[in-house]
Amino acid sequence: MGQTIAEKIFSAHCKKECRAGDVVMAPVDGAMIHDITGPLAINVMKEMGGGKVFDPKKIIMLFDHQIPADSISAAENHVMMRKFAQEQGIHNYDIKEGVCHQVVPEKGRVKPGDIIVGSDSHTCAYGALGAFSTGIGSTDMAYVMKFGELYFRIPDTIRIDANGKFQNRVGPKDLILTMVGDIGADGATYRALEFCGRAFRDMDIPGRMTCANMAIEMGAKAGIVPPDKKTRDYLKGRCDYTPFDLESDGDAAFFEERSYDVAEISPKIAVPHNVDNVVDVSEVAGKHIDQVFIGSCTNGRYEDFVEAAEVLGDRKFSDDVRVIMVPASRDEYMKVLKAGLIEKFVDAGALFEAPCCGPCMGGAFGLLAPGEVSLSTSNRNFRGRQGSTASFVYLSSPSTAAASAISGVITDPREV
Amino acid sequence: MGRSWKFGDDIDTDAIIPGRFLTIYDPKELASHAFEGTRDEFSKEAKSGDVIIAGRNFGCGSSREHAPLALKGAGIGFVVAKSFARIFYRNAINTGVLPIVCEHTDKIPDGSEVSVNLPEAFIEADKKRYPLEPIPEFMMKIVEAGGLVEYAKMRGNK
Ligand code: SF4
Repeated sequence: MGQTIAEKIFSAHCKKECRAGDVVMAPVDGAMIHDITGPLAINVMKEMGGGKVFDPKKIIMLFDHQIPADSISAAENHVMMRKFAQEQGIHNYDIKEGVCHQVVPEKGRVKPGDIIVGSDSHTCAYGALGAFSTGIGSTDMAYVMKFGELYFRIPDTIRIDANGKFQNRVGPKDLILTMVGDIGADGATYRALEFCGRAFRDMDIPGRMTCANMAIEMGAKAGIVPPDKKTRDYLKGRCDYTPFDLESDGDAAFFEERSYDVAEISPKIAVPHNVDNVVDVSEVAGKHIDQVFIGSCTNGRYEDFVEAAEVLGDRKFSDDVRVIMVPASRDEYMKVLKAGLIEKFVDAGALFEAPCCGPCMGGAFGLLAPGEVSLSTSNRNFRGRQGSTASFVYLSSPSTAAASAISGVITDPREV
Repeated sequence: MGRSWKFGDDIDTDAIIPGRFLTIYDPKELASHAFEGTRDEFSKEAKSGDVIIAGRNFGCGSSREHAPLALKGAGIGFVVAKSFARIFYRNAINTGVLPIVCEHTDKIPDGSEVSVNLPEAFIEADKKRYPLEPIPEFMMKIVEAGGLVEYAKMRGNK
């Protein structure tokens, strides 16, 4: 019987035939730690007896959640991590480069067929490049840093077949929100998702990253797009790798198969307080919002800002809405800058910040007061995620966020 | 013996420990902010031996290990739920707050007198017994070693 992508990746790493359900100790090609979960992993590694990391070149360190340090304790964590990087010979991207899930692919630290772990749940994002990547906790990370391998249970796969062409102002975020709504917040727990079909083949790498990023919002362990020419083009100049075919065999066993015609998808929005509370934007249109956040590892790329700028046109953002824009990385920031979009956004009334996680997780800045409503292009709308537990977070595409920021109320982007 | 703290479905890690407390890593200090803003009495009243009883998908969301650590700091030894989010499950095993699957949690009310009997795989709540699902075998190795840190030490010394 044939194999799924996940089974193939584990078979290649473990040098034996691996099947869904098998528990294996597998070597990893990369391990990412950031300023929130890294300190704990470093401390736990010391508790495990310390010593040298398995391979400093395979450890990726950066700071993105609380930067520039927003508290003395954050600053202390940064100092502690810098010291660890120096002692161990790990390259630290520090506060300069941006959000982990943008920086790791951008710096060529992931390639198709890799197994990558990160002490961050959205590590599944690198599936956009055909890797098996997954989020782990700090203690597992400590173990990986020390031994270079980890126990995995090889997941079953849910195959998504998406075809057709998106309507104008509808895109990857609307598709992934549709899937989260259908599959549910725990519908893919312990499983991998494979994103296949024409719609994914047509999708650019940023769009694939948006989708793979949110695999975890269905509980999935990984969300993988089979690598193709777009993947190779993206990786050109970023890392050395010899392209190879990586897709499921025709007779591979899937746990479930689902198909979508993306032409039928209208703009979607996740309403408080669960990511799978997904409705058509039209159902909540007219709802007042206090803040709009365009950014995060889900939708903080150049293409997302272009999308927002197209919706904005020559208009201004509403005076009643605080618009906070945060690109996901320094590279994306520079692209937006060079395209003249920052001037346009600031002129329209937005705040344009340097790359970081920003308001996404209610840590550094842009927190909400009780009763306030935020519309965000990020990936989670849990109660209290962006501030007070009495505030409300809605999730949408950059187009819907921009359209709503113009009118001051939730707005279908096809109508502006 | 302890009391049950009853929660619903999809309890996320932001609810267990909000993002603004993630610079802390002392379990006791984390515990003082556990469920802050959603269930404030928990951090004041929870004590050693208490058990969390929940519905589906407990611990969904972030990979923050601060979540099981905050529960550990509050004295929680077991979380009994219908199902768990994957990363939380691993983190809980690793940090020694045992996540146990039980399909009968609906029948256990908040504030019941509960105790978990792991060897015989049942939870007793207000004198009634409900069966628990066993912890998967490969995870048991870590539990038996006393958590992943101890497991790693054993491996490191080999
Ligand atoms: S942008 Fe948000 S979801 Fe992405 S890594 Fe940062 S906090 Fe996590």
